[in-house]
Amino acid sequence: MELLRFTTAGSVDDGKSTLIGRLLYDSKSIFEDQMEAVKQSSERKGLQHVDLSLLTDGLRSEREQGITIDVAYRYFATPKRKFIIADTPGHIQYTRNMVTGASTANVALVLIDARHGVIEQTCRHSFIASLLKIPHIIVCVNKMDLVDYSEGTFNKVVEQYHEFASKLDIMDIRYIPISALNGDNVVNHSQNMNWYRGASLLDTLETLHIGSDQNHLDARFPVQTVIRPHADEYHDYRGYAGRIAGGIFRKGDSVTILPSGLTSKIKLIDTFQGPVDEAFPPMSVSICLEDDIDISRGDMIVKNNNQPEVGQDIDALICWMAAKPPRPGAKYYLKSTTREVMAIIKEVVYKIDINTMQRLDQDNDIKMNDMARVRMRTTRPLIFDEYRKNRITGSLILIDETTNETVAAGTIHS
Amino acid sequence: MYNKYYLTNLQELESEAIYVIREVAAQFDRPAILFSGGKDSIVVTHLARKAFYPAKIPMPLIHIDTGHNFPETMEFRDRLVAELGVQLIVGSVQESINKGRAVEEQGINASRNELQIVSLLDAIEQHKIDAAMGGARRDEEKARAKERFFSHRDEFGQWDPKNQRPELWNIFNGRKRMGEHFRVFPISNWTEMDVWNYILQENIPIPSLYFAHHREAVWRDGTWLPNSEFLVLRESEKIEVKYMRFRTLGDITITGGIESDADTLEKIVMEVSATRSTERGNRSDDKRSDTSMEDRKKQGYF
Repeated sequence: MELLRFTTAGSVDDGKSTLIGRLLYDSKSIFEDQMEAVKQSSERKGLQHVDLSLLTDGLRSEREQGITIDVAYRYFATPKRKFIIADTPGHIQYTRNMVTGASTANVALVLIDARHGVIEQTCRHSFIASLLKIPHIIVCVNKMDLVDYSEGTFNKVVEQYHEFASKLDIMDIRYIPISALNGDNVVNHSQNMNWYRGASLLDTLETLHIGSDQNHLDARFPVQTVIRPHADEYHDYRGYAGRIAGGIFRKGDSVTILPSGLTSKIKLIDTFQGPVDEAFPPMSVSICLEDDIDISRGDMIVKNNNQPEVGQDIDALICWMAAKPPRPGAKYYLKSTTREVMAIIKEVVYKIDINTMQRLDQDNDIKMNDMARVRMRTTRPLIFDEYRKNRITGSLILIDETTNETVAAGTIHS
Repeated sequence: MYNKYYLTNLQELESEAIYVIREVAAQFDRPAILFSGGKDSIVVTHLARKAFYPAKIPMPLIHIDTGHNFPETMEFRDRLVAELGVQLIVGSVQESINKGRAVEEQGINASRNELQIVSLLDAIEQHKIDAAMGGARRDEEKARAKERFFSHRDEFGQWDPKNQRPELWNIFNGRKRMGEHFRVFPISNWTEMDVWNYILQENIPIPSLYFAHHREAVWRDGTWLPNSEFLVLRESEKIEVKYMRFRTLGDITITGGIESDADTLEKIVMEVSATRSTERGNRSDDKRSDTSMEDRKKQGYF
């Protein structure tokens, strides 16, 4: 059974909570006591039907304010796959939450109200999915029950989105007409839309090919920590512990250690279950080398013939996540893979209007939830790939050195 | 095209958890594992063993001893600690009560569950623990659905849901000021079913309480509450002998069991996958109010 992570974003009215509730309910991931609580709440509110959106009801602090303030993670499984949903609010103030949810997703679910078609929020969510290189988008045209399950309406929305999608950097886009409220095409194929010949949403999520989403070409191994057992039997053991970020490593491979540039060969790829012949993403392993080289956290083991960039000038697209804007000339901790350096934002090249994807050349003041292209200079070299090539070695966060808060997330370009 | 380079759900979750545990060891000076003796903390301990193999787990286990334990849990704990060769730190609720740091609840449903918060925070402070790893999962409860892997706690040990750091990709920010600490949850993304399937796959030893056995219990609030020296019977209640097991383990005073004949791991996995109620449904601590977990978390609960 494989694991698939997807993200959703939507406003209060587009039926996102109902859709998630429906997926959880129809896939039998809701337990009787949870359902009983939701039934009672629905009755208290005087509703005729069971309001499935209550299944994803949040914290009291949120209910009091009537908004969702954060990314919530939800889980369900079918015999074919396990799913992790990063459920994010869609309002513009929550761009940072959408970015967070998108950062680990294989698939983005974009909800469109069939009555309204593509609106600003649809574009925003899709742009974020594209900027964060989510490989697959599923466009759910929702509330088909309110447009008489009309094929014409569905086709119009598809056409509208298709035209807009030419601005996106996403290869795989699918369209499904649904009614989250009634369950049409969510889990089961709808009897109300016989004109639709495609798969239901759950079928699509179950069968979408995600095996190629990982980078299997460029071998990258960021070192997390060094394992040195204090026992006689392991006297000379030096295991470099980490998680494969790209490519395939094999025993006997010639490797280069960055940033030092020293070379060696892989003697052993070790795990608790015993040594393995090859390791690929996202496996956690320990690598032992033939030679005794000084390697520590933040270094990267790569293959000789395929190396990432090593440098101190970083060109990145950042999403600002803190209430306080960046201070001019201020230094930030920059974390990328397991490496931490200090960085200064030298220049804001342009901001991006997240609703239209247009560059704002005149406005260089970064505020919370803004996306901006910046140039940074680091105190020590960073080891990186372009984000479009590798989502792990191409991503970074900035941390305020006075508050320790994570203030920005960035994707590296060059 | 057939692609052999992919991991199963459990392999990917395991790899993610090992990555998180190694980040904790690398980013913090004095990390620890919160060990309750329940299946989730047992799985975290097992993952820690894998993360640092062939070295020993380079951090102590912390157990908060309420004094109201199942004897089986204590035996299991001591055996595991001896086998792993790790340090055990015990935070005693009885001691907190004796010192006047905590006040015992009174009445028929009295429990020491909330008092654990005091002993836990005391143990963290006394041993200068800067990262305490626990087995909480996001699928357990709605207050946990928004929990981070690296969850920041202020100098009073409190959780502020509005002041948590965004977590992107697999980059974790463990920076903190003096006196603050982190709670870290390596199995955040696991479900109850994942945990059981993993225990089965890895054949991880767990306390006998999880397997069906004969036990004296009383029917209260929709669950079989085990008989113990701490149990006070209500008028209409009577002790019965049941063939039963526990789905979660906490204090003996608040952990209800279910009637079951699942006496092997395979049968437990079958039973859990067919069960139609949540595992914490038998925990009276969560039944106190709609937001009891949210409230306890804010104060510094696990």
